[in-house]
Amino acid sequence: MTALEPALANPSLLDDAEADGVDGSHGIGIGAWLSIGWIGVVAFSAFLAPILPINDPNAEVASLPRLAPGQEGLLLGADANSRDMLARLIYGGRNSLTIAFFAVLMGFVIGGLLGLLAGYFRNWIGNVLAGFFDILLAIPALVLALALVAVLKGSPEATDSFRLPTIIILIVSLGIVSIPLLARITRGATLSWSQREFVTAARAQGATHRRILFREILPNVLPAMMYIALLGVAIAIVAEGGLAILGASMDPPTATWGTMINDGRSSMEEAPFIMFLPIIVVFITVMALNYLGDVVRARFDVRESAL
Amino acid sequence: MTATEPAVKDDLTPEPLLRVRDLSTDFRSERGTVHAVRGVSFDLHRGRTLGIVGESGSGKSVLSRSVMGLIASNATRTGSVRFDGTEILNASSKAMRSYWGDQMAMVFQDPMTALNPVLRVEAQITESLFEHLDLTKAQAKATALELLRSVGIPEPERRLRMYPHEMSGGMRQRIMIAIAVACGPKLLFADEPTTALDVTVQAQILDLLQAMQQDRQMAMILVTHDLGVVAGRAHDIAVMYAGQVVEMATATSLFDNVRHPYTEALLRSIPKLDMAKHTRLEAIGGRPPDMVNLPPGCKFAPRCAYAQDRCLVEEPVLTAGDDPDHTFACHFPVSVTLQTVRSTPTITTKAAEPTERGGITVDGRPPRVADPDPEGSN
Repeated sequence: MTALEPALANPSLLDDAEADGVDGSHGIGIGAWLSIGWIGVVAFSAFLAPILPINDPNAEVASLPRLAPGQEGLLLGADANSRDMLARLIYGGRNSLTIAFFAVLMGFVIGGLLGLLAGYFRNWIGNVLAGFFDILLAIPALVLALALVAVLKGSPEATDSFRLPTIIILIVSLGIVSIPLLARITRGATLSWSQREFVTAARAQGATHRRILFREILPNVLPAMMYIALLGVAIAIVAEGGLAILGASMDPPTATWGTMINDGRSSMEEAPFIMFLPIIVVFITVMALNYLGDVVRARFDVRESAL
Repeated sequence: MTATEPAVKDDLTPEPLLRVRDLSTDFRSERGTVHAVRGVSFDLHRGRTLGIVGESGSGKSVLSRSVMGLIASNATRTGSVRFDGTEILNASSKAMRSYWGDQMAMVFQDPMTALNPVLRVEAQITESLFEHLDLTKAQAKATALELLRSVGIPEPERRLRMYPHEMSGGMRQRIMIAIAVACGPKLLFADEPTTALDVTVQAQILDLLQAMQQDRQMAMILVTHDLGVVAGRAHDIAVMYAGQVVEMATATSLFDNVRHPYTEALLRSIPKLDMAKHTRLEAIGGRPPDMVNLPPGCKFAPRCAYAQDRCLVEEPVLTAGDDPDHTFACHFPVSVTLQTVRSTPTITTKAAEPTERGGITVDGRPPRVADPDPEGSN
């Protein structure tokens, strides 16, 4: 052990890492905080909608249809069916966010797993999976989602047969659409991370494939997956709107942001706010999610280059 | 005990820990088949260190990874690798997993890339402990602390909670060594373990490796491009060129009597402290041959100062000279000692001027230097 003594006797020789000053306290900027604030408010109100002091979103509460905002104590007015716009926006957000979140969660878990496998096993398994993602991506997302909703909802005449709740149908349909999106990004990131020497080093220590995939590679791939997942929620919110315009979203009278925009179309000339309020909410939410996605990506890139 | 003791033939253990016979590794590439390792044979006994020396592209890293079985899927290996009496060349990677980390381990060149940037040191050390030894969480942590102490890391408790980027290169390499020896392997590969480190810590890391090897009676394969690294640290030395071993002997025998011109050239290229100021550093002219289209004859001939016509057509085989344990592959071997190499003036290498494709023309013959004939063309 004589070889160690010089180093042990003089630990300062070994101890030059302290000054690196990696504190990770770089600000994320006002835009990011505004985005977090907005999404926080929307998510909070959506989550707590049943206990918030608001009107029933499906009840006729106004004396007149298309009541202008601010009258009769209705902050955002009433829609063409005299229903409280604020309550409908909050409940609509509850439904839209639930659909978008769980759809992307489904894509995150299934697509992420398939993407990890496709990127790690560069044999026929990886090739077959990658080809499968490409085929799914080649179909326009809205067309695929519409087809899935149509198939899962079945014929409206066949009332006796078993039907899934519409919200589950929407989640599964949009979830299937988001699988190849997340799978491809995960596969790309996995491809590059699995080339790294620490993967060989883990192999050289006898680590199993499962251990390498989930312990060595997954934590490195996660930031890229998070970035796409945030964008995915935004895309799913918009996609739900697209389905609503085509009449394939939640059944009336249930509110989603998409169905509210669709309902508002008929009153566009007399009361444009009925359509534009949900559009503005969707716009800000989608922008905030995109912005946060970029923040995640920027942080992730900086970290990688700093290492 | 000095590392450069002559080889002691231990008749009690006829089977060495590692017996490699005629090992060749080919890679399929877009340009053709790359013959990275060609017909390498050697024995390695327990507790001994084999130094594998060669310049970049000589196949020394591929050799160590081929022995261990850590090669890409586009590689094919032929020959025989017997580890502890078992043939492992054609073992599946599933079967090899019980050897990797447990029986044989590797210290990689660059500890920054060989450590996972997002995992704490503790997770990376205990990973193989959980894999191979039946330890509880507390036992694994205690073992990890002990390992960090044994590789000379101060404040091991604090270091366990750190990420690799919070440490210096030397520290990271100590962590790598701790990870490699965690399960008590019988065979340790050190693949250029100091190349990515500051010169000031290189000697510390090499001394640490040597100390670990002696304490734990491991066999070690030390891969390096620097003869100075293996001098005094390896018992045996194999010099590689173009995927082949061109000279192999015990360290003392090799430095006492250098037989291969390539080894001589390698020794000459080590800068000397007592050289006069502004002395030109000696380099080996030209470049190693293209490993896809290998020329016939001796692969070093195009760059060799002693090459003759025979060298260009007939490939020399590894044979022993007076000392049966000192083998070399050369038709016209030299016979110089380390001292004479270090003190005699320069020999001129043949392809001293850089020539296209490492001094080898398409047909595999070295470009002939045109006669100095200044009037000829005018």
